[in-house]
Amino acid sequence: MITHTHRPLRVVLYEGSGSIPLPAEARAQVMMALLDKGYAITRATAGTSAMPHDDRSLLVLGLFPDRKAPVIEDATGKVEVQTRDITDLDVGGIVSLVDKARGETPMNEPGKWKPWFPVIDYSRCTNCMQCLSFCLFDVYGVSDDNKIQVQNNDNCKTNCPACSRVCPEVAIMFPKYQAGPINGDQVNESDVGREKMKVDISSLLGGDIYAALKDRSIAAKSRFSKERSPDKALDERKKCLTKMVSDGFIPADVLASLPSPEDILRKAEAAKARAEAAIAAQSPA
Amino acid sequence: MPESPTLLYCRCAYAQVVPQGVKDAVLQKLCDSGASFETVSDLCEMAAHRDPRLKAIAGCGKLRIAACYPRAVIGLFHQAGFPLSEEGVEILNMRTESADEIAAKLLT
Repeated sequence: MITHTHRPLRVVLYEGSGSIPLPAEARAQVMMALLDKGYAITRATAGTSAMPHDDRSLLVLGLFPDRKAPVIEDATGKVEVQTRDITDLDVGGIVSLVDKARGETPMNEPGKWKPWFPVIDYSRCTNCMQCLSFCLFDVYGVSDDNKIQVQNNDNCKTNCPACSRVCPEVAIMFPKYQAGPINGDQVNESDVGREKMKVDISSLLGGDIYAALKDRSIAAKSRFSKERSPDKALDERKKCLTKMVSDGFIPADVLASLPSPEDILRKAEAAKARAEAAIAAQSPA
Repeated sequence: MPESPTLLYCRCAYAQVVPQGVKDAVLQKLCDSGASFETVSDLCEMAAHRDPRLKAIAGCGKLRIAACYPRAVIGLFHQAGFPLSEEGVEILNMRTESADEIAAKLLT
């Protein structure tokens, strides 16, 4: 389920015919301030075309002669267009004006939430379903045509890239992660070590999940293997659970069910069954 | 006359993984140019909720995107359900390239 559905207002900084261009420094400052609050901004200049609008309202800002913003209507009648003159307004004043124009319409804002979720590189993914088996939080699912896909972004635990570390094909990215190749950086094929990265998920999930992989010592000398090791994956899983305890992030009953070996085993078996069914469905009869 | 590309700048405002100096300088150079361009607060945030605006961006034809790793950007659009065209799209990485390099490629 995706809950972050509040789309930002699209603001157009209009510098085309019938307007006065903003000073370059002011233009950049205004754009930075609005972007850092979560807005999307188009700069429209004379003689060039902007990206087509979609089905939202537009707020057009500009320096207009006599400080009079023109009245603009969408020819299709589908888009509500507001115009505002920003002569003599400083950056703070312009941001306030935009906030006011948005009114009570909800919007995601930087700092209040981090877009943290796995992104699958389908050019590398072999549909092995290991991520589906590994993730305890049902982030992954299977499409109607039996392909692995990210189905529940919001279930992903912020700053936990554990599934990426155990992907044998280096096909899972977290763009907000610091280091490569998890952040999407180019994969160094010589470091992949695919077989080494194969993890016995059932032994991992049944019993002492942390000790299971701790016992698998894999030398981590390259940058790649340092970032993609089962040891780190397990540490992160552990960290996730510990943090959830300290933050009170999930209800106690849910938390209590997570580390239970029996529950984990049951979850693992269910995930494994789903994965096997998906793989069987795509195999030739 | 060849079709001019749509320019898109991602601010990566929801996490500080793109160097501040680079993203500020790239935006400044875009602002200093006479070009029209699009900016978004964060492509990851848009992909997370499958913002239909990504569809409009992906449908722009020739496109130059200043964001982060190309593999990640391609994956974000794909995962949102609006895959980028395999031709005519150039992704410039503000995590690894300098502002001058990015601006030169965006604006030529």
